[in-house]
Parts: sequence; C-alpha cells; structure tokens
Amino acid sequence: MTRNQEERIGVYVCHCGTNIAGVVDVAQVAEWAAAKLQHRGVVIAREYKFMCSSLGQELIEKDIKELDLNRVVVAACSPHLHEKTFRTACANAGLNPFMCEMVSIREQVSWVHTDKSAATSKAMAMVSGGVERVRHHVPLEPLTVPIHPATLVVGGGIAGIQSALEIADAGHQVYVVEREPSIGGHMAQFDKTFPTLDCSACILTPKMVSVGTHPNVKLLTWSQVEKVEGYVGNFSVTIRKKARKIKEDLCTGCGICQEKCPKKVIDDVYEAGLGYRKAVYTPFPQAVPKFPVMDVANCTYYEKGTCKACEKFCPTDAIDFDQQDEILNVQVGNIILATGYDLFDARRISNYGYGRLPNVFSSLEFERLSNAAGPTNGQVVLRDGKTIPKSVGIVHCVGSRDRNYNNYCSVICCMQSIKFAHLVHERTGATVYNFYIDIRAAFKDYDEFYQRILEEGTQFIRGKVAEISDVPRVASEEGKLIIQVEDTLAGKQRRIPVDMVILSSGLQPRADSKATAKVFGISCSANGWYIEKHPKLDPVATMTEGIFIAGCAQGPKDIPASVAQGAAAAARVLGKIEQKEVALEPVRASVIEDQCSGCRICNGLCPFNAISFLEDRMVTEINPALCQGCGTCVAACPAGAIVGTGFSNEQVMAQIEGLMLMNIEPAEVIA
Amino acid sequence: MTDAFEPTIIGFTCNWCSYRAADLAGTARIKYPANVRLVRLMCSGRLDPTFVFKALASGADGVMITGCHPGECHYLEQNYKALRRFQLMQRTLKGLGLESGRIKLLWASAAEGARFASEVAAFVEEIRALGPLHWGRADASEAVGAEVAEGPRLQEVSA
Repeated sequence: MTRNQEERIGVYVCHCGTNIAGVVDVAQVAEWAAAKLQHRGVVIAREYKFMCSSLGQELIEKDIKELDLNRVVVAACSPHLHEKTFRTACANAGLNPFMCEMVSIREQVSWVHTDKSAATSKAMAMVSGGVERVRHHVPLEPLTVPIHPATLVVGGGIAGIQSALEIADAGHQVYVVEREPSIGGHMAQFDKTFPTLDCSACILTPKMVSVGTHPNVKLLTWSQVEKVEGYVGNFSVTIRKKARKIKEDLCTGCGICQEKCPKKVIDDVYEAGLGYRKAVYTPFPQAVPKFPVMDVANCTYYEKGTCKACEKFCPTDAIDFDQQDEILNVQVGNIILATGYDLFDARRISNYGYGRLPNVFSSLEFERLSNAAGPTNGQVVLRDGKTIPKSVGIVHCVGSRDRNYNNYCSVICCMQSIKFAHLVHERTGATVYNFYIDIRAAFKDYDEFYQRILEEGTQFIRGKVAEISDVPRVASEEGKLIIQVEDTLAGKQRRIPVDMVILSSGLQPRADSKATAKVFGISCSANGWYIEKHPKLDPVATMTEGIFIAGCAQGPKDIPASVAQGAAAAARVLGKIEQKEVALEPVRASVIEDQCSGCRICNGLCPFNAISFLEDRMVTEINPALCQGCGTCVAACPAGAIVGTGFSNEQVMAQIEGLMLMNIEPAEVIA
Repeated sequence: MTDAFEPTIIGFTCNWCSYRAADLAGTARIKYPANVRLVRLMCSGRLDPTFVFKALASGADGVMITGCHPGECHYLEQNYKALRRFQLMQRTLKGLGLESGRIKLLWASAAEGARFASEVAAFVEEIRALGPLHWGRADASEAVGAEVAEGPRLQEVSA
C-alpha cells in the first residue's frame, strides 16, 4: 500500500434482493456515505442488488483498479457468510485482502428491525463505523501452519465408521475412539433397515470389520477423549483407554471366558434391558474388536475377592485383573465428531405407562425383540416371553414434535414405525394400528414403502395418543392396554384395546453432548445438537477450524443421511490434508519491545502459554505460533505496548467514533 | 421530533458466541429495537475498559458487553477476565457519579439468538428509564437524524 498513503475508500451497499433493501433505504445509505464521509476518504459509494454475485464482485474489482481504491467497505450480510468472498475480490484486483471490512446490515439491521427510518439511520451509522475502522486496516499476510495428516474420529457408529474408512482408504492414519466395548453404534442393534428392509447387521458388520482390520486405522474402543489442546492442523488429544482387564495382545476372542463366567447381568445398553450378558462380555457376537471387557462393578471377583473362573479357563492367559486405565496422547490435524444420539426416555411421558405397564415397549426394545439375534430370536412376544400379541398399537412422535418435551421432528420415527408395523404384521399376523400426527416419508423410496404397508392392512389413525391404560371400561377391554386417542380424521374420541404398544421414541442429543462440545471447543444448539458452520452451505464443518461433525450428533437423521454426512466430513478432512497447510486468520498479538515496561501484567493472562518474559532484556515476548488472537493481553497492557492485528486499539476506537458519528462535522452536515 | 428518548447503545460482541447469537437473531428474524450498534471483537477478553468509556464519551447512553457463557469461552477462560473488568468498570462508573446500570454484561451462546434479542430490548428500556447521558456530542446525530424522513432516531437531541 505504498502506492497511496492517503485513504481511498469504496463503500458498497448490498440490497440482498429485498432482504436488506426491503427495510433499509440502501440508495440513501450509499448517497449519504458518498456525501458525508467524503472527507473521511470515501471516494465512491455504490449500491447493488447482489454484491456477492460475480457482477457485484467485478464492480468492486473495477473500482479498485480504476479509482485506485486502497480500502473497501461492504455493507451486506454477516462477515461470517461472505467476508471471504469480498476479500477474494480485493485480492483479485491486487489489493491486500485484509483491507476489506464488512458491515452486517442484514443480520444486524434489516432482519431484526421493522422501523425503516430507524433501520436506515442505524445502517448509516454502521457504515460510518466501518469506514472509520477500515482507515486503520493494514495489509496482513495469512499465517500458515502445517496440517498433521492423522485424523481423530470420535464415535464408532455408522457415521464415524464411514468417515474413518474414507480417510483410511485414502491412505491416511485415523484414530477411532469409541466409549462402548465395540463399534457399531445404534445401527448394530437394529434388525431391519427401512425402506429396503435389508438386514442391518449384514450391511454394517463388513464395514465394522474393515475398520477393525484396516492398516491405517487405530481403533480405541472402551476409550474416551479427555482433553483436546491445540488448533487446526495440530491438535494434541489425550485419550483414556479404560482397563478392559483383558490383555489384547494375548486374547483371541474365543469367548470361553464369557461362557464360563457365572455372573449374569441385565444388558441395558445393547439389549435395551431385555436380555442378559455376562460380567465379562462382548456386547454382541460380531463385535469389533473381538476382545471382551470386564464389568468391574458386577464381577464376582471384584465383589467378593474370589471366582476368577474366566482366568482359570482362558486358554491364552489373557485375563489381567490388575490392568489399569491407560492414558494415550495422539497428534492429529483434524477431528470428526460422530457421537450419535440418545433415545428419548419414554418414562417421562407418564400417561403412556412405559416402565409401569409391562407390555408397553420402547422402540429400541422392539428393535431387539424383532432382531433374529436378539433375546427372543426375533419372536415378537409380550413381556412374559411367550404370548404372541393379536393386536399392536404403534405410537409415533413420542417425545418429538411436542412442546412439553422436544419441539423438533426426530425424522426417523415415521419410517421406523412403519417398519415396525411391517415386522409385527409379518411375524405375528396381528392387527396393527399406527397413531401418527403427520406421516413424513420424504426421501427416496420412503413413500413407496408407506404405501406398501398401507396395502398390507396396517390401520393408520391420525391423532396424538392421550393415554395408554390398563383400566377397562367394557368387557372387551379386559386384560388389554387401552389406547385413548382423538381420531382427528373421524373427528371423535376412540378407545382402542391392544395387547402390545410400541412407543416410537424420538432422538435426543447425548446426555453429555454439552460437556463433549466443551472438550472440543464447539457449540451446541439450545436443544444440545452440535451446530454446523452454516446450516445449508457448510453442514459438516463447525465454527472451530479443524473440527467436523457427522451423523446424529448434528441433528436427527437416518442411516443414509448419516453415511452421507460421514463421507462428507471425511472429504473435508481429506481436502485439508491434501492442502498440507492451512491459512489462519492473521489475528495475532505482538509486543512493541520499545514500549514494553516489563511490568508483566500480561504474563499471567494467556491460557495458551504464548507469552513469555525475556529476563535478559526485561521485556515480554509473544510466540505467534501459540497465540490464538483473543486479544486479552492487548486489552490489559497499561503501556499500550501490545498490538493486536485485525482488532487494534485504533481500529476499535475509530469504529466507536464512527458508530457514534463523531467523524462528521456538524457544519458540513447541515450545509 | 418525537418526545420519546431513544437511547443509543454500543454493544461489544465476541466473535464466537454473542456475535453469532446476533447473527442467529437475524436469520431467525427475531425483532429487537434499533438502538444498539455492535462492535465485533474476537473475545470479550479483548474488551479494553477504555473502549467502554470511549463509547460513553462519544455519546452512547449505555454499553452492552457480551461474551460466551462462563466455561464456554473459545479461548478457554478469557471471558472471566471480561467479568473482572466489568466489575471494575461498574465501580469506576459509580466513582464518576454515574449509574452502574449504564453498562450491562450478557453471556449469550451462539444458540441464543432469541435471548440476545430480548436482552437487548430489555436493556434499551433500562437505559430509556435512566435517561440520556449527555456525555457526547449531540449535534452530529441531530444532523444525521434530520437527513432521515422521520426525524432523529440515532440519539436524543439535547437542547
């Protein structure tokens, strides 16, 4: 910028169609800026329908070249949306991209204010603030850091599996961390998948095996991430590998320990409480890895000090009762979070009787009941374990689309309930009633599946179930569960007696999703789902560079969508790895040594240990590689000796003056 | 010219949480009064207390300081430093004979667009109740206000 010492600023006010222009008088803002901010260096002020369009960008580029602009202010949307676009436009015209400033008159003005005159005035003040701020911009060069080629995938459900395989197949190291003993996630618990009714295990287990045997995958099950340090390209991750009490190098996965273990424990994770496992167990036969884990809380040896049946019978001496948790540290460049969901706990809706009425089942319970490898070998029976139901009610939207619980639609429940209807019909021949609010069968082949189930004779009753009770009013209701529902199509209250009820529970964020988000430095929505960088255009990235999300952790979705998102996240990571280095915002603090008095006030403020004190020269130094650019030290320095690029004292002070219109001479304005 | 006092408020936002809450209020079209003008900082920890006094001295009637919820700071713990400084600033305001309610601290996560909007609306009313500060220069705003058809909006015009 040696070419022009004096500021030559271009102001561009975007209409955004009618998004901005419908509320803000953009022409007036541009005219005002051209007239009133001329003495502050504004050379040209234009308004245009869509500044972000290629024509809009060309407008800026042309002006930079022809009018010799050295600074640009774009009054449009949030910088989080288009800052990159306009910086690129500046760079295309030969201007340092960091000489561009965005003023958000859409998100902060036109979309949130209704009073047109107040909105227009505010937009003017904001443009004025932007102009004052941009006057203090200096050309910057982005910092580049190398990207570590390894990736961490957290969560071994189908989304995480897909991500891991895509990256590993491309030839890069992947660490998969799963807190359960096996990967597979919820999908491993299902019998059939909608709408094709192919067997869940048949399509999932080959992928699980690929993850388990892939030379580029390091699988860490029964493990949890404890700490994440660093930033994109260079994360240092601390993982706790819980003690399995099994020596993995010796265990062959023969299963004799499970066979010989005398202790039966109700399996409330994998079997959803319907079946038993042993105190030393693999959750299911196709588990990956094949190594069992010891359930210390329930093991007889840990309880009473004697037993060790597993140890006695283990042919390879792989049992190790003294094994301790291991703490591992891995270096990765990117992280994919695919931590999945929890099922809505239907006990919360007490009028549905789940947990109180034995023959009211949750959807996960029914998945296990209908699973050929489940506790009943796929027999659909009542809680007594033998009676085949003659009539079954399936309740949709349990805990979803309900302002008492979760407002959102859980996406999968309609199709899941329709699948249940088919399975019940196929296995028992029972009469099936589905109680729904709306049928949402929006994706490929879904509506066809719904039509097919309709033709099978399932009765669909449109109405929200009010109550499920076992108190009969008439003889025909004796010994039955009675579903009280308003049939909104028939326009009347109905009582439908059935033998079995399946509650199609919605999906919820993991109970610890907020704690997990904190570990990785990302945000959760009010509901607890992880927030993507942009809901439409950047659905797998997060606001934290280098951290991606996939699967239900981002919001309810079905298997195809989870797989697609897993692959998408992997593609984003591979793109980063291919670039080999990443450009970071050059927002960094540095010390002007001549001005530093050596007071050391800043020394204790940096959580990234970027600040050190040079004893020999009695001044403070900031390591730009460690500095994250928060600016806390800049604010704290009593001597003003610390400069923060991008958000310097001069920039912020000038912006405040601009926002308050201190830059406008009254005489000039009135004239 | 209307009689109602329209306060001008400068709001400092953190790039990661509260600025995004403001963005979300926008994308969700949640309405709030136009009295607040935002300044983006990377972190509430960047807030030099002189910024706040600069804003008041430039004519703002109130200042909003916003950041990530405690424990959720993008930079681990810098919002606690903002909290410390906030308390210091409140004391300073009192020492200057001003209402400490002229400044407000708000924690708002990126998901709290609705909360951001309602807190802005509440603060505008609080400042309206306190009345104009008269620290800054009113004439410039008056002139700009006159430019816009319906009269002064930017700041209450004194005298």
